[in-house]
Amino acid sequence: MRKEFSASIEKIAASDEKVIFLTGDLGFMALENVQEAMGARFINAGVSEQNLVSLAAGLASQGYTILCYSIAPFVVFRPAEQIRIDVCLHNMNVKIIGNGGGYGYGIMGATHHAIEDIAVLSSFQNMKCYIPFCNEDVDGLVNIMMQRKGPSYLRLGFGIKPERLELPAYSGVRKLSSGNKITVVGMGPAILNVFKAIETGLDAESVDLFVVSEMPLLELPESLLSSVEKTGKVLVVEEHVSRGGLGENLSLLLLEKSAGCKLVHRFACGYPDGLYGSQSYHQEMSGLDPEAILKTMKELSNE
Amino acid sequence: MSDIDKLRRIKTDCVKTLLGLYKRANAGHIGASLSCLDILVCLFFDRMKKDDKFILSKGHAAVALYTVLAKSGRIPESELDSFYKDGTLLGAHPPCSRMLEGVTFGTGSLGHGLSLAAGIALSNRFSGRKFNVYCVLSDGDCNEGSTWEAALFAAHQKLSNLVVVIDNNGLQGFGRSKDVLSLEPLAKKWESFNFEVTEASNGNDFNSLLNAFEEVENRGSEKPKCIIARTVKGSGVSYMENKMEWHYLPMSEDQYKTAVYESGAGNA
Repeated sequence: MRKEFSASIEKIAASDEKVIFLTGDLGFMALENVQEAMGARFINAGVSEQNLVSLAAGLASQGYTILCYSIAPFVVFRPAEQIRIDVCLHNMNVKIIGNGGGYGYGIMGATHHAIEDIAVLSSFQNMKCYIPFCNEDVDGLVNIMMQRKGPSYLRLGFGIKPERLELPAYSGVRKLSSGNKITVVGMGPAILNVFKAIETGLDAESVDLFVVSEMPLLELPESLLSSVEKTGKVLVVEEHVSRGGLGENLSLLLLEKSAGCKLVHRFACGYPDGLYGSQSYHQEMSGLDPEAILKTMKELSNE
Repeated sequence: MSDIDKLRRIKTDCVKTLLGLYKRANAGHIGASLSCLDILVCLFFDRMKKDDKFILSKGHAAVALYTVLAKSGRIPESELDSFYKDGTLLGAHPPCSRMLEGVTFGTGSLGHGLSLAAGIALSNRFSGRKFNVYCVLSDGDCNEGSTWEAALFAAHQKLSNLVVVIDNNGLQGFGRSKDVLSLEPLAKKWESFNFEVTEASNGNDFNSLLNAFEEVENRGSEKPKCIIARTVKGSGVSYMENKMEWHYLPMSEDQYKTAVYESGAGNA
């Protein structure tokens, strides 16, 4: 999604001189076009994420919109306090851009993964997290994010849109396909494994499929609530730890609506065997691969 | 009246206000506020021009800031009555709500101020506006890695409109700086980070402070500036001076009377 992101920002930066781009020394083969388009408004602040974020807040206080870019864990966890205080408590127009959400950096290992980012950031005041689920989804989300004044986080990953899928009009929760046996709700590119699972062995008409692209989820859309009431069976899929992610957030909203249902949660389990591998390997270890998801969906729909 | 006499008179009024606020609230952090009050008076009543910006990185000295904000008319004097009370903008640390005039950023966690100030200073490059940004740091601020990240950045970007003042009283949260985490040679550290550095040998004396500002700001270099103000924690109150406990303690009735008397602010 880096390429799509940089293409979006290049367009926005050309039309809005109030946008300033800060990178924490990353962007090789991804941000050169942004650097060229923005000139002096593109600053490599070096490998110093704490300074990067507070600096952004200082600039934002003078009327600018600031993007802070790095690998997701580096721009979320190291400067978490700077995001919490200088950006979020002050409601500054700063956009945190994290590349490689979830296990996106695969074999680079745990230092480079961000599987707790949404839990941390979505708990901060005024923060809105945006999670595109495929490359084609990035441009729309970037525009929505840039139009909203205030702290935001963009969790970039990698994902190719299934050919048969037409992107529905944007909203924080979008319905991607309709069915009648189970409700599946996913966050980010993990939803693409649900598509693969359906394609390999499930009647597509058995799944009501929703993708969540904004966290925290503050309200349950009527379409999702009625789906749960219809099926009574929910599978939540996310490449994020169980605590503080979509599963917990959605469960609370369902309980508040007294929507009784059976809920199964598939989430990032961390590093159960202590070993490293590709993104797919880590998904398998967490039961987030298409095969495991298919099995879960079959079990759930046959119950 | 000379400029120095004027500043001294203002300072005396501010001390009286400051001590009264702490006493009525039965609050601590008095030593930290008295340590940097002279710096703040010097900035708000002499050095800073209308558009200049100020960041108090050592947010625990909030009362010194509230006092000069009120004295300089940036906030109404009556606002001070709410200090420490439920529903106030004037808590123990400056507020993060952007609702208090003169406070662009709330602080309280050390190590944020210099980056914030650098960001504000950098904005001039894009806006074409001209102002200086003054940032007061504590010894504790200089323990924080983020402060040194900001120092690297400010020097690299040649933020010549950034002026850092270090309230170097040699005491921090739970010990003397020289015993906890040595900062010396502090001036050499800032010099080696490519700042224009000077020392105010007595950071609680207006002559010393004004000379330092004058000297460092007139060098005309592209570098950001740093003034190491050698201050005394609890300055002006004999039983508080250079005592770590006055980071925390509130004053008793007798201590309050003594403090007001010694600071030359008349009777309590």
